[in-house]
Amino acid sequence: MTTSHEPEKIPVTVLTGYLGAGKTTLLNRILSEPHGKRYAVVVNEFGEIGIDNELIVGADEEVFEMNNGCICCTVRGDLIRIIEGLMKRKGRFDAIIVETTGLADPAPVAQTFFVDEDVREAARLDAVVTVADAKWLAQRLRDAPEAKNQIAFADVIIINKTDLVSAAELREVEARIRAINPYAALHRAKKCDVPIADVLERRAFDLDRILDIEPDFLVAGDHDHDHDHDHEHDDGHHHHGLKHYHDEDMQSVAIRLEGDVDPAKFMPWINRVTQEQGLNILRCKGIVAMKGDPKRFVFQGVHMMLDGDSQREWKPDEKRESKVVFIGRDLAEEDIRNGFLACAA
Amino acid sequence: MTDARATGSLTQHARLFEAGAHVVAAAFVGGAPMLALADGAVLIGEPEDQKRVDVHPGAAILTAISDGKMLLTGGDDGRVVAIQADGAPQEIADEKGRWIDALAMRGKAYAWSAGKQVRARDETGTVKTWSAPSTARGLAFQPKGYRLAATHYNGATLWFPKVEGGPQTLEWKGAHLDAAFSPDGRFLVTSMQENALHGWRLADSRNMRMTGYPAKTRSLSWSHDGQWLATSGADAAVVWPFKDKDGPMGKAPRECGVREARVTRVAFHPKALVVATGYADGVILLCRLADAAEIPVRDPGGGPVSALSWDATGARLLFGLETGAAGVLNLPA
Repeated sequence: MTTSHEPEKIPVTVLTGYLGAGKTTLLNRILSEPHGKRYAVVVNEFGEIGIDNELIVGADEEVFEMNNGCICCTVRGDLIRIIEGLMKRKGRFDAIIVETTGLADPAPVAQTFFVDEDVREAARLDAVVTVADAKWLAQRLRDAPEAKNQIAFADVIIINKTDLVSAAELREVEARIRAINPYAALHRAKKCDVPIADVLERRAFDLDRILDIEPDFLVAGDHDHDHDHDHEHDDGHHHHGLKHYHDEDMQSVAIRLEGDVDPAKFMPWINRVTQEQGLNILRCKGIVAMKGDPKRFVFQGVHMMLDGDSQREWKPDEKRESKVVFIGRDLAEEDIRNGFLACAA
Repeated sequence: MTDARATGSLTQHARLFEAGAHVVAAAFVGGAPMLALADGAVLIGEPEDQKRVDVHPGAAILTAISDGKMLLTGGDDGRVVAIQADGAPQEIADEKGRWIDALAMRGKAYAWSAGKQVRARDETGTVKTWSAPSTARGLAFQPKGYRLAATHYNGATLWFPKVEGGPQTLEWKGAHLDAAFSPDGRFLVTSMQENALHGWRLADSRNMRMTGYPAKTRSLSWSHDGQWLATSGADAAVVWPFKDKDGPMGKAPRECGVREARVTRVAFHPKALVVATGYADGVILLCRLADAAEIPVRDPGGGPVSALSWDATGARLLFGLETGAAGVLNLPA
């Protein structure tokens, strides 16, 4: 792992979502609002953007395998080229938005920000924002692996077209999403009418907000019922009006460790886990209290790629503890859990 | 490398000026200094008597090359423009807003790429199009014959624009970026996404791998005798021997100008085995290949060196930085 995250890096928001979910609607909304920010927008099809924008760049979604012996290491070659070009226009825009096609796997886009040194130096991935269709998502999760990956990868999920479903259907789709990704910020919308602040400049990769919220709290979402939750929910099991699902093949593992972690144990462990299980791990994130370090160590990963950095100092009234999260397919949950707990200082 | 010793300094002989924008390329055109800038302008003339020509209004110059008689620019407005020594711009192509990714020129023949589309225009103005399997990141004309090399994902393709069909693809796994033919036309060298160079001996398509770089190589420069290739991407100019029939195969490169900063640009002197070497910290050195002696041209500061060019006689060196700092060195006679 190397260090990064300097303030002057250009933030990049990646917009994903299955065909017809409303990505273009969201993009047009972002560009038309009077937020005073200038965006460079990377799109796949010209002409769909209804707003005049100085910097719209057409992309080809060229996914390249890296010749570095890492089989899941793919990057978006066109994005590397486009960011290199955009950097020549530094100062003429504040942020970059990358729209992906509906069938795209978000991994190569996200990995581009880990793998390519020039991109890493110039830009930082701010958040992966996924637009989900309230009416059709549940079906897409059954028949389209891309749709599931897009949910699993998201830092922010917008459940769009909520006006087309009943309250019960909406709860159902939220539970389906939570079964895959309990940590993303969830927003409901009609015609993508969410505040722009919920989508852009999230610094989702800084993790603060996400990991400060308890997974169990998040399962209940930001709506109105409370519940006590017994951790033994079956597929579709009902309690207190909220359905809980376990997705068949996608899980998340969240582990908390009170007190400090021994860096001499943690670093080899996180590297080994991501090397051995990287094919199955879609995303991982964590905030770690390293023994003897006054600063919080923050990391994030995509498949086998890891990026970590010492961030701000622990506040005097802040409890030193470590939290890590893994989202992926067929994760060896007990191994991961025991491995992390064994890193205690 | 151990005997490298600074032999005086040339910093006093460099006239520094502010170009006003990221310097994309530098060239002497008809003897006049020209800087292609990321704000779409070309800055022409001596530091005390410069004019700005707005070649790509409202757009950015993404790439620019020169043969000493003309500067060719490609913009993110999709235009390819040729600028003569007098500053008069002539539009060569308009790809309707699609970014121009790469350029090549030889005499009055030009080539450019926008995404997968590669176009070549001969001396008579006839334009031919070839569609690459993926975005063509680098273009180069072979030294003899109207033949163009285009780099792409998993290789490079040699194309005779005047001949129907039959482009020859040289395969090598990975994404290939810039392209350069050796001056004798025996070798094609490409830089790669994976911090390596790849080469093909064209007679038998034999592969050459040149690895060990800590960063991408984005600057390639041949020595005047064609026997050496200087490259960026390491904490020294890495110079590969191409004298023998096997090129650099089985040989180690020379390194000159070893510092604790990444080399971003290299430019071989047109008459001597001296490499002008620009670094990420703004330093520029002249490095003599024979004994690795170094002479400073520019002190640290101001960001990465992004453009370096000698004039035809080797008496002057023009340079520019990403931050817009620039200068011209007149070698003392």
